[in-house]
Amino acid sequence: MSAATIVSLPDQSTARIPKMNFLSKENGLLSWLLTGDHKRIATLYLISITFFFFIGGSLAGLIRLELLTPQTSLMAADTYNKVFTMHGVIMVFLFLVPSVPATIGNFVIPMMVGAKDLALPKVNLLSWYLYVVAGIMVVYSMAAGGVDTGWTFTSPLSTHYLNTHVISTGLAIFVAGFSSIFTGLNFIVTIHKMRCPGMTWFRLPLFVWSNYAASILMVLGTPVLAITLVLVVLERTLHIGVFDPAYGGDPILFQHLFWFYSHPAVYIMILPGMGVISEVVSTFSRKRVFGYTAVAFSSVAIAVFGFFVWAHHMFIMGISNYAALVFSLLTMLVAVPSAIKIFNWAFTLYKGSITFETPMLYAFGFMGLFTIGGMTGVFLGSTGTDIHLTETYFIVAHFHFVMVGGMLMAFLSGIHFWWPKWTGRMYPEKISQFAAVVTFIGFNFTFFPQFILGTLGMPRRYAAYPPEFQALNVFSTAGATILGIGYLLPILYLTWSLKYGAIAGSNPWQATGLEWQTQSPPLTENFPETPIMDHEAYDYDWLEHQEQKEVASVG
Amino acid sequence: MDHISPVLWQFLQKWLTHFALFPPEASKIAPEMDALYFFMVLVSLVGLTLVVLLIVGFSILYSKTRHPKAVQIEGSTILEATWTIIPLGLFLIMFVWGALLYFRIYTPPANAMNIYVVGKQWMWKVEHPGGQHEINALHVPTGRPIQLTLISQDVFHSFSIPAFRVKREAIPGRYTTVWFEATTPGTYHLFCTQYCGTNHSQMIGDVVVMTPDDFKKWLEGSTSGNSLAQDGERLFASLSCNACHNTRPDSRGPSLANVYDSRLTLSTGEIITADDAYLRQAILNPSQHITQGYAPIMPTYQGQVSEEGVIALVEYIKNLDSDYRVQQTLNTTDLVPENPGAKPATAGPTPAAQKEVKP
Repeated sequence: MSAATIVSLPDQSTARIPKMNFLSKENGLLSWLLTGDHKRIATLYLISITFFFFIGGSLAGLIRLELLTPQTSLMAADTYNKVFTMHGVIMVFLFLVPSVPATIGNFVIPMMVGAKDLALPKVNLLSWYLYVVAGIMVVYSMAAGGVDTGWTFTSPLSTHYLNTHVISTGLAIFVAGFSSIFTGLNFIVTIHKMRCPGMTWFRLPLFVWSNYAASILMVLGTPVLAITLVLVVLERTLHIGVFDPAYGGDPILFQHLFWFYSHPAVYIMILPGMGVISEVVSTFSRKRVFGYTAVAFSSVAIAVFGFFVWAHHMFIMGISNYAALVFSLLTMLVAVPSAIKIFNWAFTLYKGSITFETPMLYAFGFMGLFTIGGMTGVFLGSTGTDIHLTETYFIVAHFHFVMVGGMLMAFLSGIHFWWPKWTGRMYPEKISQFAAVVTFIGFNFTFFPQFILGTLGMPRRYAAYPPEFQALNVFSTAGATILGIGYLLPILYLTWSLKYGAIAGSNPWQATGLEWQTQSPPLTENFPETPIMDHEAYDYDWLEHQEQKEVASVG
Repeated sequence: MDHISPVLWQFLQKWLTHFALFPPEASKIAPEMDALYFFMVLVSLVGLTLVVLLIVGFSILYSKTRHPKAVQIEGSTILEATWTIIPLGLFLIMFVWGALLYFRIYTPPANAMNIYVVGKQWMWKVEHPGGQHEINALHVPTGRPIQLTLISQDVFHSFSIPAFRVKREAIPGRYTTVWFEATTPGTYHLFCTQYCGTNHSQMIGDVVVMTPDDFKKWLEGSTSGNSLAQDGERLFASLSCNACHNTRPDSRGPSLANVYDSRLTLSTGEIITADDAYLRQAILNPSQHITQGYAPIMPTYQGQVSEEGVIALVEYIKNLDSDYRVQQTLNTTDLVPENPGAKPATAGPTPAAQKEVKP
């Protein structure tokens, strides 16, 4: 790692945070709770999803502690089942789905397209309130005694065989679903209608493209989940007989409906993360993204194909062999755009001028771990090997590589990247680089052994397991401890930086996006006057030219 | 090694003695699946190495200290086509290879010996055709294709034998099948891999693979006296199925001899094959499955017959190859005697052995 850096901060002895900005404009709790400002709503979201990430993460810690020994020594099997169910529900619906879009996306998309706000600011605030209501319902379900269906709510287990809080949890996810539909709708309208003069579709930053693709998935997919959960609730209360064969229903139908949303949901979670990586890799190698169009269209391709692969979750469930064949083929096709993206990012580095600030380290972590996560997805997409590997720890490791190794790395990368814009202050560089490395090491220690466990046949969702699997589980738990430290550090030093961080100035990274051409933290209206986009995205020559002009005019 | 703490030392020892990267290969399909698995591992390693080399290599070559001014490059159609087509080709190879295995594992050969498995919270009940019942265990011989017909009595379960590389969901309300041919005698893990409630992790058992001779001995030692078909016959009589399915000219139900695997025309005009699943449905939900020419008068047996009972009935109907047997059942006023005819002890697993039972 070289000492070279692109960070250019204003003179710290004279620099001040601009007096007028979106944080200082109004004060008091009400000014936050009734705000229409996308940046304030993004801040509210950031605080709330961090809270739920903390709960979900603590539950993950409990899971790993229980699995330290082959017997159920820390908690009873029932408690364990409730813990992993809540871990899944919270992490998927209250953290991963809203993570990048509702926080970073909310914060930067209007600025990236050169708009004052999202198209529907009140709807944006409504989606945060819906999120909070969903969160409260989940916390209630947990406090009232929990739920042990697993986050997949498999019927007829969820509809007839459990007497835990299935209904309140199901309705919580129903509400959270509307929160995500509204966010998606808002993004789509904003990206279509609110672009500033000169901002054509192919001048949009790739972060906008990937969030656009994810928004389409949210709007089209989430209603199906909502319907499914309502049917589960009706089946439990009124025994309408849609899913339970004892009442003439079809349990496979539940699987189809659930995965019709929940597979695209995976892309809802990962696509915005990919957008972050495009921005970060370009900025820290000072080079336009290699093959802009290919990366943009690969996001759209993932969104389109993502809708037609859901039954690959059901290869062993008695769907016809030919259906399995078709869904397997489509799954292979959806893997290709992800491979394209990885290579395009790698070649963005080629002949760049690379520096290694924290966001870039997280982005490198993303590229490595997402490659593993994606490749092991192919193991599961191929029908033959899926029979052996599905429903084991292999699949647990696979989706944690994609969701935690991929998405969470991207989220942290993005948070560090836009932190100076958001708060006007820099995070401490050295300790955050250290945290990025700790996270990477801890992650691999935690989840890599799970691939081997899965190949050996250890089933997922087991509170107790045969003793020969213990050694690898001990490795995994040890890794989780390191990983936990890696996640605690940013919470600490980012809070510290709110007061003590160096003043960032408007463009510390020398990045090209429109959001970097305004003050940090931005004005409530984002820009003093409507910007005009007169260059391509990632045009570093334009940026350089711009700086020379400024120097000339000042001189 | 006294400078390492004893706990750590014990742990390392334990790990090294149990160290394995994949489970034992105890079925015919296992080495074939492992071949594909290792091919995929190889491709992944090559791909990962390539990505890591590109990132590390470019990071060293083009770091800001070495390369202070970036050269702007639009993209490259040839390069992008390369990394679209090569992964696509590799993925398609994995797709075809995987599909070949999948079709083999889920298409049982015609000569396979059929064993029924019923899953319920939280145990596996195994029914051998010879009448041997097992709980949380499955005994099978080597060198012989075994077909499992699975069903669940309550929620989704999944029958997984890692050493055989096979797994199949046990679904409430419908039969699923999977087959394997064990190759190496030994005891292997049997897991329920679909989360099924509180004691999901206790729904485990042993698969015992035996040489054909040992298996024969085991069969003889574990018989319950009646074959599965005989259990079915008794149930058939006690439910008075023969009141209608009695082969008389004026009978109200169709004759069941040789009905298994035959083509039936339903009252809707639809033509179906009378397989296990059809027979099960016709017993539990008869109004939806009326054979052409008969009135929809059969009552449903939903809730009156357990899944094991239905299995016994299906097995009985499967083995009915003449009307004679039904008439015999008809003539004995209520129940057939405990050991009708021959030697139940040798009531072997084959259909041939079943036939021996018949007088």
